[in-house]
Amino acid sequence: MIIHNCEGESVTIENKVIYMDNSATTPVKREVVEEMIPYMTENFGNPSSIYEIGKISKHAVDKARKKVADALGAEENEIYFTSGGTESDNWAIKGIAFANRNKGKHIITSSIEHHAVLHTCAWLEGQGFEVTYLPVDKYGMVSPEELKKAIRDDTILISIMLANNEIGTIQPVEEIGKIAKENRIYFHTDAVQAIGHVPIDVKKMNIDLLSLSGHKFEGPKGCGSLYIRKGTKIDVLLHGGAQERKRRAGTENVPAIVGLGKAIELATAEIEESNKTLLELRERLIKGLLKIPKAHLNGHPTQRLANNVNVTFEYIEGESLLLLLNAKGIFASTGSACNSSSLEPSHVLTACGVPHEIVHGSLRLSLGKMNSEKDVGRVLEVLPEIVQRLRNMSPLTPKEYRTI
Amino acid sequence: MDYSLKVMDHFSNPRNMGSIENSDGVGEVGNPACGDIMKIYLKVEDNRISDIKFQTFGCGAAIASSSMATEMIKGKTLEEAWKLSNKAVAEALDGLPPIKMHCSMLAEEAIHEAINDYLKKKGLEPWDD
Repeated sequence: MIIHNCEGESVTIENKVIYMDNSATTPVKREVVEEMIPYMTENFGNPSSIYEIGKISKHAVDKARKKVADALGAEENEIYFTSGGTESDNWAIKGIAFANRNKGKHIITSSIEHHAVLHTCAWLEGQGFEVTYLPVDKYGMVSPEELKKAIRDDTILISIMLANNEIGTIQPVEEIGKIAKENRIYFHTDAVQAIGHVPIDVKKMNIDLLSLSGHKFEGPKGCGSLYIRKGTKIDVLLHGGAQERKRRAGTENVPAIVGLGKAIELATAEIEESNKTLLELRERLIKGLLKIPKAHLNGHPTQRLANNVNVTFEYIEGESLLLLLNAKGIFASTGSACNSSSLEPSHVLTACGVPHEIVHGSLRLSLGKMNSEKDVGRVLEVLPEIVQRLRNMSPLTPKEYRTI
Repeated sequence: MDYSLKVMDHFSNPRNMGSIENSDGVGEVGNPACGDIMKIYLKVEDNRISDIKFQTFGCGAAIASSSMATEMIKGKTLEEAWKLSNKAVAEALDGLPPIKMHCSMLAEEAIHEAINDYLKKKGLEPWDD
């Protein structure tokens, strides 16, 4: 196929494109797009307006809210639409912290959270709050025992993600929820990566707040939700109009909300079937990649998202790996510092104890609906050559792992 | 990462990649923890770099800078090679993204290390940066 680079020059890519970065984002499903279109064209009304097309928009938003609530086992009036995962995390954490600071100033989170959680917590530390960052084991798992030990009299919030975006490790959320409830502490979970992969019941799991983002499950970008359990004491993050029951101001992003509703309905209905397919592909991919010498699996072998593969190759660096994969039409991601604008290697892999020397050689392949067995076969055919090529180039590679 | 076509060319088809047995000077700079290491091997004849090879662990910019830098100083005198700046390497690559400029720095440093290694082996005073 031929694609165009930023200068508009065409670049030929061998074979078809294989997109294996579904944890970064997903394409919007055709039927989701079709549901959205009328709300950009004829049904463009502002849901706050009382005339007919305003009411149509309001009903569409309400319908989407019901779908999100159903997907989580929540009530409709516990669902608030936001601009995405980052806003939901910010609102949940800052909102709980400030509304409950007369009760305490201590927050517990983990060292492998998304930056939307970690940087929010770091900012709160500057505002006088105290934060405990729980360590994880080598699989990226938070220990409920460690959590219990970290709880203080002034702990007001526990924020632990449901599934990790880099290594796919699924946390014992139900157990964490139970501990939070027993200690009367609010429990927030970032479920951005989990929707459509892990069945969620906020009541059974004792979750008080849950963040999600539409574009991770074939919905549109720029739209997410925060579930807030009824009776939760939380401050407003965005002040302004009376939208979202006066808790989140700003004209509703109606088409995106409609899309999010449709996408979450489809994603949750298909969990079992989709996980079955993804799991087979994942296991085949992991098995094949670990045949490469000095390759290691990151994350938990079984308690992991059905679509997540994360492997480290010693002696090579991830950005080079991505560039060579890109040249073969395979799109993936890495935890290498050289691929980040901060020049910091993955905090998740570092927290799992992956040595600094090899943390740069990580590769994340996150599978999606469009990936087939053929794609997995193609990746397994291409990757060993690429790894070998970079190893031959690296001064770190011992003689026995060189071919030239 | 937005790389120039020249960076992509040198990254995809690196020039002078490999090592030299019985080299006259070797320079290695960088740190695996930071994600890049560059190693330069020199062969020197009549004060000129008659052969040069590199091995690099690092990103696209690091590999392309190594390739370009070795091409620029092959056949040059040691004095000329010493003067090769990271800016010149980056310019020859039609520029590097600002965050990747330090990768071209690595090439300059590795060449200096290799030249000084050669001088030391010859019993000569190493040069100052």
